[in-house]
Amino acid sequence: MSTTAKWRTWLPYAGVVAVVGYCLAPFYWMLVSSLRRTSDIFDTSLLPSPVSFENFGAVFDPSQGFTRALLNSLIVAGITTSLALLLATFTAYAMARLEFRFKRLILTLVIATSMFPVVSIVVPLLQLFTDIGWINTYQAMIVPSMSFALPLAVWNLTTFFRQMPDELEHAAMIDGCTRGQAFRKIIVPLAAPGIFTTAIITFIAAWNEFLIALTMTNKPEMQTAPVAISKFSGATQFETPFGSQMAAGVLVTVPLVVMVLFFQRRIVAGLTAGAAK
Amino acid sequence: MKIQTARALPCSAALVAAGLLLTACGSSGSDSGQQAGNASFEGRGPITFVAGKDSTGVVQAALDRWNELHPEEKVTFVQLPTDADSQRQQMIQNAETKSDAYTVLSLDVVWTSEFAAHQWIDRLPENRFPLQKMLRPVVETAKYRGNLYAAPGSSDGGMLYYRTDLLKKAGITEPPATWSEMTADCARVKKLPEAGDMSCYAGQFQKYEGLTVNFAEAVHSAGGQVADADGKPDVDTPEARKGLDFLAGSVEDGTIPKEAITYQEEDGRQAFEAGKLIFHRNWPYVYSLAQKSKVAGKFAVAPLPGLNGPGSSSLGGHNLALSSFAKNKATALDFMKFFSSEDSASTFLKDASLAPPYADLYDDASLVEQYPYLPVLKESILRAVPRPRVVQYGDVTSAIQREAYAALAGGKSSAQALKDLQAALQKSAAQ
Amino acid sequence: MAGTRTPPGTPAYGPGSDAGQPSTPPAPRRGRARATAGSGRMAALLVSPTLLVLTIVVLYPTLMALNESLHGPKGLDPATGFIRTTEPFVGLKNYADIFGAAGERFWNAFWNTTFFTVVTVGLETVIGVAMALIMHKAFRGRALVRAGILVPWAVPTAISGLLWRWIFNSNGIANALVGHQILWTTEGFHAKVAVIVAEVWKTAPFIGLLVLAGLQVIPKEVYEAARIDGASALRQFWHITLPLVKPALLVAVLFRCLDALRMFDLPYILIGAQKNSVETLSMLAQNEASNVRFGPAAAYAVLLFLYVLLIALAFVRLLGADLVGDGAAAGRRRGNKGGRRRIPAPRRAEVSA
Repeated sequence: MSTTAKWRTWLPYAGVVAVVGYCLAPFYWMLVSSLRRTSDIFDTSLLPSPVSFENFGAVFDPSQGFTRALLNSLIVAGITTSLALLLATFTAYAMARLEFRFKRLILTLVIATSMFPVVSIVVPLLQLFTDIGWINTYQAMIVPSMSFALPLAVWNLTTFFRQMPDELEHAAMIDGCTRGQAFRKIIVPLAAPGIFTTAIITFIAAWNEFLIALTMTNKPEMQTAPVAISKFSGATQFETPFGSQMAAGVLVTVPLVVMVLFFQRRIVAGLTAGAAK
Repeated sequence: MKIQTARALPCSAALVAAGLLLTACGSSGSDSGQQAGNASFEGRGPITFVAGKDSTGVVQAALDRWNELHPEEKVTFVQLPTDADSQRQQMIQNAETKSDAYTVLSLDVVWTSEFAAHQWIDRLPENRFPLQKMLRPVVETAKYRGNLYAAPGSSDGGMLYYRTDLLKKAGITEPPATWSEMTADCARVKKLPEAGDMSCYAGQFQKYEGLTVNFAEAVHSAGGQVADADGKPDVDTPEARKGLDFLAGSVEDGTIPKEAITYQEEDGRQAFEAGKLIFHRNWPYVYSLAQKSKVAGKFAVAPLPGLNGPGSSSLGGHNLALSSFAKNKATALDFMKFFSSEDSASTFLKDASLAPPYADLYDDASLVEQYPYLPVLKESILRAVPRPRVVQYGDVTSAIQREAYAALAGGKSSAQALKDLQAALQKSAAQ
Repeated sequence: MAGTRTPPGTPAYGPGSDAGQPSTPPAPRRGRARATAGSGRMAALLVSPTLLVLTIVVLYPTLMALNESLHGPKGLDPATGFIRTTEPFVGLKNYADIFGAAGERFWNAFWNTTFFTVVTVGLETVIGVAMALIMHKAFRGRALVRAGILVPWAVPTAISGLLWRWIFNSNGIANALVGHQILWTTEGFHAKVAVIVAEVWKTAPFIGLLVLAGLQVIPKEVYEAARIDGASALRQFWHITLPLVKPALLVAVLFRCLDALRMFDLPYILIGAQKNSVETLSMLAQNEASNVRFGPAAAYAVLLFLYVLLIALAFVRLLGADLVGDGAAAGRRRGNKGGRRRIPAPRRAEVSA
């Protein structure tokens, strides 16, 4: 009995270690590669020796404009996520709570739109945006990003809203809340993990978007981080700047993770705090 | 929604008829003056220079020099991704949308024909550029159907890197000039205790552009050709077969290590620097990097070997072209002249080790001291044969990669591979 | 947009919500029925911004692409040496060519795409659900663990392609670990394996995160009730957890499928272009487009679109009850499984953990 109990306590932790190990091992390799000198980049030792920050220096070389690119990515992904989440919340609420015709059709349409390969829509979009003077603007990157962010957010939020019991909402409405208040104060806090996860996933998808961001900008001060990384180069045409690419990979990934860590408590706490009122 | 659909369809149909791909409904669609050859280079003012990332800073330095001299006609640098395919894709997208965002384009030498035939770039007046001072094969890469469409910017040629220390130990004084000499040298070197598990030779045999380069070199070095002077495919010949046989046979018998079919430039460099290869075909960029590796001071370069004598390299490098849709073409032409001048080329060589198109620079004593490989590179470029200069280069190089890879890795016979390649090239040419 | 045409007062049972509705008016349904009157208009109001944005961003270019797919590439005029300026209208020739002349390549890419989708999404589902269960169990440091498993999903695809290419290099760490040299990037099944390993690593966390969120909104009382009933862990998982996370899981799987069907960057960067073993439909479209044959490229894109649409429709059907609002069935099931209705307080504690 006691061995089983012990087993039960420890197994989840062993599982956690396994999962985290699986996720982080390749990332560790990325980190190690980014800490090697350019001349030892072909090494396969598990620790970089000597440790060198040469690649990180190269990434933050002012000519790469990487800091600015990170900021641009933050703006584009941030606005895309907020906008997508806002619109999707309305839509998902209607999907989850209202009875109306063509629901299936609308849901199918929403998802169908996210399915056309980006490479096929990029030329018409470039033409459109050139004509309306949107080249080198944030909206030229944000609006197309909605094409994949919005369907993802609508579908996810719909499932999470639907899982919430209606009775609470009705009770709140009987107590004098409007439909909107009932939704805001009851459903949103309860669905917080779902909303938050949707936000993270949408944000990351927008953060990593490459082709649109590359096509719609030609000024270095407007480029996003993935575009900036694609411009890393070795000293010559054929030399692969593997070390600095990996360093940049680390640098676009880590802030994201830190941000998630930092915000998740706040956001979840904030969302649930609404319910207490 | 309905209204939009209804308007979009006939409008786009009309535009396609007018020759514009997916063009905006708003534009007039009737600019007729784009006939090549009589392009008038008018207009002065700010322009852009479009090229892949410049990590050494030489491009920006040159632009700064220009901008200081021409404050009214400033050039802005538009940097594209490092990856050549992305560069080409961005340039084509800009041309398809007739955008004037790009003025002077830095084109890979193999793109000239395609861009010229689509009239994405303007024909240039030959008398504006000192072509006679340049290496002839390099100038050829800037021409389409005998007309100049680009100003030679930089060049590149393949060289044979070899281990001087091992050759010397094995009693060999001269680098090999032919393939059979090379394999014979290998046999002698491999008898040395320290070279027992080394491989003889490798180039770039992964299925990518590098394979086209290496295949074309093998075929040309055996006296064959991929296409004749008129651009007609002519690869199903005994000479071409000897070239491909050399590569396929070498993989088969282990002269070329099996893993070389995954090699791109950097993998080969890695193997050579790690002391795994006796001979290695690569570009000049390896020279200074290998000087900092384990094999520093133990290697030298020679022209590529061939079947019966020195072989022919393929050509790399970039040329400057003028976008047909650009503004301020008078400025652009002056800038191209400035940027492709011997002075600029000399700076690019000194500061960024870019191989110049100018013949004299290869003999400049101080430059040779800095880059000891220059005389060999000059020889390599002079003997070079460009990769096929065809409009549908993308299809041609795909077909070459498919068949050459099948012969090297997939066990297809050289004869069959070349036969299939010839058929594929003919089909592509007929399109 | 479609919803605007619903006259107020029309019985708002959509085509999809016919399953057993009229006959069952149990308690949970009452509130909703009351809301029906104005809900058509309200729904239209709520849904239209989304539809409007998607129309602008996707419908317009898609119609352009559809039109484009009926045009052939511009031909070369042998006399002048220039490409003609018009794209000939060729009707369905591009489609005919795909199934005819290029048929072998198309079907190869089709099967590769399908194979990758089935295998990667299958593995990701298993691994993702396992990840979610483990994370759900571990209360301390859950935030940290969640941030940790976010890492693979957060690495940009292009960078992860390069990373895995390095790992699967002929002298890379993968071969060092395997102990003998496998040329991963050459043709053969091993190339598929390399793509699958890299893809599953990168995207299993996507499913893991969404399922975890699904788990977090399951009330604890459900489990407590089951534990009192003496249900084993496996039974609990199979009969309680899985049905309750099913909607979240299915949506995650759906989006993974759609993405996997359009897989491009990873095989392209990791293994390379034109490798039969890993060539996908998106790579074919890309290949045509990069050779300035926009018509055939658009035709490939349209075919891929139709294929993806088919899968999506199947999912909509599968998810119908949970998603589209055949509320009766879902509501009843929740009622049965969940026992009494919960008050928000214990849930809050759960949420912020």
